[in-house]
Amino acid sequence: MSAAPAEVQQTESSQDAVLDTPWVTIVWNDPVNLMSYVTYVFQTVFGYAKPKAEKLMLDVHHKGKAVVSAGAREAMERDAETLHGYGLWATVSRDS
Amino acid sequence: MTGAGQEPWPDTDPESELAGFRRTANGATARFAAGEAAIIRSLVSQVAELVGGEASSAMPGAAPGPAAAGQPPAGQPQPGEPAGAAGPGGLDDLAAQLGLSDSAELPADPILARLLPDGYADDPDASKEFRRYTEIGLRSAKVEVAQTVLATLPPGGGTVRLSVQDGQAWLRALNDVRLSLGVVLGVTDDFDEQVADMSADDPQAAYVGVYQWLAAVQDSLVDALS
Repeated sequence: MSAAPAEVQQTESSQDAVLDTPWVTIVWNDPVNLMSYVTYVFQTVFGYAKPKAEKLMLDVHHKGKAVVSAGAREAMERDAETLHGYGLWATVSRDS
Repeated sequence: MTGAGQEPWPDTDPESELAGFRRTANGATARFAAGEAAIIRSLVSQVAELVGGEASSAMPGAAPGPAAAGQPPAGQPQPGEPAGAAGPGGLDDLAAQLGLSDSAELPADPILARLLPDGYADDPDASKEFRRYTEIGLRSAKVEVAQTVLATLPPGGGTVRLSVQDGQAWLRALNDVRLSLGVVLGVTDDFDEQVADMSADDPQAAYVGVYQWLAAVQDSLVDALS
């Protein structure tokens, strides 16, 4: 992608903008973070109601990771940055 | 995966009502003994020093060091440490507190890698770019929450009263300390077994207790702010 001419990149990003939620933020399980804290972070950062935050936390816990937000790439990077501030292990990727 | 603070992702800890925070009208409050306050202040300071004091030397490959001069890497004491050693000094203190001062196997990198993780799991170029834009802010945010703890926790112990905002800073700072201890102690999903296999005179054993106690304190603060 880095070798692509600028025009092509531009076309790609406008396609990204057209597609529905092509990017996601993923939180990965880790052995240190407390379940209660992770739930609290999802509520605080995303404004999720506690049941949804708990379900996401349990998904992370049991499945090893969970998609916690979806949207434009820039927004997902902001989410990941915020989650890193809380010590959660978050990454951005293209939705698949 | 149940049980008290020693569990990874512990469920509610019954002891967390005895030690730690409780809710107030506009935040949370707790009492800390002098020794408890000293431990928290020391660990929080060291993490802040590690995260905040190493901006330049954290870049991969940015520390060629004098060892490139063709000298064999002998175990002799080196009076003039490379410049990068200024930051890891905080980690040395942490390692020393953990009884690991003789171990040379504790570079700052694993802790920093956990506190300042990649933004992309499988795209190094994107991760590099993400880091370029976010790392300085992330580092200063972590230093800031550490400073909030230091500003609100009396060095001699006593009562701490936190607004919700300060409480959230405490949560983040305590979490950074626990993540750092988790790296140093090598905490895994089988932490219970690790602890069970640990002999009583293992220098790490005491700090397992600190790690678990901090989990209970953090858990109580989550409860108080929820």
